[in-house]
Amino acid sequence: MSFLSNIFARRQQSSSVAKDRLQILLAHERGAGEAGESDLIRQLHKEIMEVIARHVAVDQDKVQIKVDRGSGCSMLEIDVEVPQELNGKRGS
Amino acid sequence: MAKVLVVTSGKGGVGKTTSTAALGAALAQSGQNVVVVDFDVGLRNLDLVMGAERRVVFDLINVVQGDARLSQALIRDKRCETLSILPASQTRDKDALTSEGVARVMDELREKFDWVICDSPAGIERGAQLAMYHADMAVIVTNPEVSSVRDSDRIIGLLDSKTKKAEQGEKVDKHLLLTRYDPARAARKEMLSVEDVLEILSIPLLGIVPESEDVLKSSNVGAPVTLAAPTSLPARAYFEAARRLSGEKLEVSVPVEKRGFFDWLFKRDA
Repeated sequence: MSFLSNIFARRQQSSSVAKDRLQILLAHERGAGEAGESDLIRQLHKEIMEVIARHVAVDQDKVQIKVDRGSGCSMLEIDVEVPQELNGKRGS
Repeated sequence: MAKVLVVTSGKGGVGKTTSTAALGAALAQSGQNVVVVDFDVGLRNLDLVMGAERRVVFDLINVVQGDARLSQALIRDKRCETLSILPASQTRDKDALTSEGVARVMDELREKFDWVICDSPAGIERGAQLAMYHADMAVIVTNPEVSSVRDSDRIIGLLDSKTKKAEQGEKVDKHLLLTRYDPARAARKEMLSVEDVLEILSIPLLGIVPESEDVLKSSNVGAPVTLAAPTSLPARAYFEAARRLSGEKLEVSVPVEKRGFFDWLFKRDA
């Protein structure tokens, strides 16, 4: 049974993997298509990085910025991975 | 007031020509005057899918360049008299289409028909942009597959920026037609679901056309699926999509075959 459920589990993921990959890719491409939006994202990315860099050393690649455009509203999502040791320092 | 509709996708092979023929025929079968226009210069296929390939004398480029009158190039469908086709040229290259010439032909078609349905070539180049330029509405044909969804997103961007409507500060009315959909595979999460694609592209859903052998059978014999197999699942999906295009509010459902044959037989006309 376990190998069957393994296959099942793997299968379950393929469409959600597809969806996640598309969402990340399109967030970038949509920016590239329209000059206005692309400048906005680049500017946001730069300034947000500057602010964060004043306090923490964060890897550029560990920051994800994306805009989801919806019919009613759009969502700006900023995802920053903060190094582990820093969490401790902040707490003390 | 005539409506110009472009059937487009970016990616090739997703079902633009099949959908143009089926939607065009479905609208014409409801009594409206419809012309389907093939913009795929050099790779024309709409005439073949519609069974008019041996009746082509003049084509879109002849009309655009003034070598033939529109009425000489239009081919009236033999099965449905409110349906006409304006074929593309098979030989000349697509630079022969000028923007001014296309604009003139589109104006003339708007006067003659209720619906002008433009079958776009694949890609995002000049040919595809000419096909969409005059559109009031767009049907974006998408397969539940990553490359098709990505290309559709590109095309949506172009519809919002490179059309006459966009230049005038208006919006092309965009609709998603999901084709080659396999509900069983989507349920097993092996295929992007309707909801996934809608969430990513965020445009309204016009219809879900299931993967079906009836589509190939119809193109084999040169007939739109709505004429060749009007009770098949894809044809029913196209008929409903055509009604939505005409402004009817119909709920979109995932097309599945009804359980019993007799259920289906008695329910189909209900």
